[in-house]
Amino acid sequence: MFAYIVKRLLAGLVVVVLISMAVFALFWFGPESPARPVCESKTGGKCTEERLANFEESLGYNNPIYEEYGKYVKGVFVGRELTVGTQKIDCDAPCLGYSFKNNTLVWDDLVKRMPATVSVAAGGAFLYLALGIPIGVAAARRRGSLTDKVLVSTFLVVSSVPYYLFALLAWIYCTLVFEIPVLGSSGYTPFTDNPWKWATGLLLPWLCLGLFGCTQYTRYTRGAMVEALSEDYIRTAKAKGLPASTVVYRHGLRSALVPVVTVFGIDLGVLLAGTIFTEKIFEIQGIGLWGLNAVGAKDLQVVAATALFGAVVMVVSNLLVDLVYSVLDPRVRLS
Amino acid sequence: MTQTSTPSTRLDTDDFLVVENLTVEFPTPDGPVRAVNDLSYSVGLGQTLGIVGESGSGKSVSSMAVLGLHDMQRTKITGSIRVGGQEIIGLDESGMRKIRGNSAAMIFQDALAALHPFYRVGAQLAEAYVVHHPSASKRDARRKAIEMLDRVGIPQPDKRVDDFPHQFSGGMRQRAMIAMGLINDPSLLIADEPTTALDVTVQAQILDLLQDLQREFNSAVIIITHDLGVVAEMADEVLVMYAGRCVEYGACKELLTHPEMPYTWGLLSSIPDVTADTNARLIPIPGNPPSLLDPPSGCSFHPRCAHTDKVPGALCATTLPELLPGGRGTSHLKRCHLANPDEVFAREVLAEIAPDMVEETSDDRA
Repeated sequence: MFAYIVKRLLAGLVVVVLISMAVFALFWFGPESPARPVCESKTGGKCTEERLANFEESLGYNNPIYEEYGKYVKGVFVGRELTVGTQKIDCDAPCLGYSFKNNTLVWDDLVKRMPATVSVAAGGAFLYLALGIPIGVAAARRRGSLTDKVLVSTFLVVSSVPYYLFALLAWIYCTLVFEIPVLGSSGYTPFTDNPWKWATGLLLPWLCLGLFGCTQYTRYTRGAMVEALSEDYIRTAKAKGLPASTVVYRHGLRSALVPVVTVFGIDLGVLLAGTIFTEKIFEIQGIGLWGLNAVGAKDLQVVAATALFGAVVMVVSNLLVDLVYSVLDPRVRLS
Repeated sequence: MTQTSTPSTRLDTDDFLVVENLTVEFPTPDGPVRAVNDLSYSVGLGQTLGIVGESGSGKSVSSMAVLGLHDMQRTKITGSIRVGGQEIIGLDESGMRKIRGNSAAMIFQDALAALHPFYRVGAQLAEAYVVHHPSASKRDARRKAIEMLDRVGIPQPDKRVDDFPHQFSGGMRQRAMIAMGLINDPSLLIADEPTTALDVTVQAQILDLLQDLQREFNSAVIIITHDLGVVAEMADEVLVMYAGRCVEYGACKELLTHPEMPYTWGLLSSIPDVTADTNARLIPIPGNPPSLLDPPSGCSFHPRCAHTDKVPGALCATTLPELLPGGRGTSHLKRCHLANPDEVFAREVLAEIAPDMVEETSDDRA
């Protein structure tokens, strides 16, 4: 088990390194000098060729790429000293660079924005399961009935609307049109500042994520449940004289959850890596919005950091999925 | 089973399980499928009934009805099933639950699929015990599970009780399945093809085990199989099913030595036998089982029957023969128009499949 985890983490590290290289290379070899956006911003749009050359020199873009990448990696593990314009900044490990746009250290921003994204993701993910699984089970138990058909087709309609449109409409109707009191006050307040405001501010984003995302969980759960309920061991459970609820939940749902958990692990990773649409529409200063703005501003270090962060989250969540899988299904042996 | 007073039926209404005129129908988009049609039989305590037939003949469907395992919203069941005197057709779910796994238990074929892959064997046994003994503690249930595993011949039951089904061998899984079926000491045990997924040596062990346990628990046993060898070994009585109907019903030895229905002949002709004359032929029944959506007119077996020419007129194709005693006493019922089945069997069937036995049988008849 331990050896397996170590092996998977090492493999994950390789993935993360490759992704960081790819992101680094993408900007380095891009059509425009990576120093130009910095130069434009620092000189107030008066970036002459001469100034650009100075920036390129001071930012290290005249050095070979592997040397700069080496410095970057070194910064992540032991920290480094950054040169920004004329000043020198100590960047302690893990150093992900300096955002010229925000004039902050990237790691500090990442840490600062993480709680918002985690809050959004956790609430949304909770609703995925809390809504999706019971509705899926209900539909599977009444397979072929009117209830089942109504649920399945409603959810098909919901999930065929693009998410950004769904969230935007929800926001417009809840805040602008109907001015629903609790839902209207969306926005992020740290939990530690005011738990009530934290919850009410995130309620609408949670509901949007949850209602939209739960449709696919309903489908997964329904499908897995229909399959599980037709298994021989369900007939055995009934033949033992177990009550219907025990048969459905302890025997049926227990099996049906395995594929659902697998998908959920991946989805949770995706959510944690940044809920871009949700953060943008509800103005939540999380990692998704941060990354989106950085792409617009060509803020290389921030983009690289969000990509790296996403990669780490995905590697870890994949590993967790496999570990949970081995707990859920005793036939799975990790090696 | 005792002789019945009415000649046209073998039913003993005092038996532990009495099934009368059972009909099971599934409505489908293409029309109703009558999987079991007017089936009657009874099994007494300590007795074994073998139900034989091809896939789709209704043998499993009829016995699942005994435990009320069909989805009642998709199934129409009529007739009467009495378990220990209690009518179970129309019985509500909670009443049915008290019977299932308690006074009537079922063991299934393919124990790997029939046991839950995610729960330990012991936990699955204990669950079956606790549901009918709500006051039993966890430790009691575990002790009972170990005791039952020991009883069915699982070595080191106190260790294996914590294994998962996939850690058991095929034979052991079937033993565990049997242990689970017997854990509440049922008076009726239905074994649905209990040896189908096992290799031959293990099959024999499992059949021996079932016989031992039946003697010990004195339960009524129904063994569902398509294997006449299993029937010959286990059953006191045999019921042959075809297309949802009983086509022959009688005491085991009598029925297997003097079958009176061409379908039973077909089943007998298609069994390979290692000790048989090497000249003996293996004769499959031609054609396929009929669609229950659109069953043949008259006798369901007539399109595949080689002996319809011996029946006057087109009786086989027009009229469903009744289940009546043949020429060998009131306790051997058959559903066939043939007037002299015994003769035809000896002359045409036995001569093909076991020429050395023809002489014997003729002596026997004389």
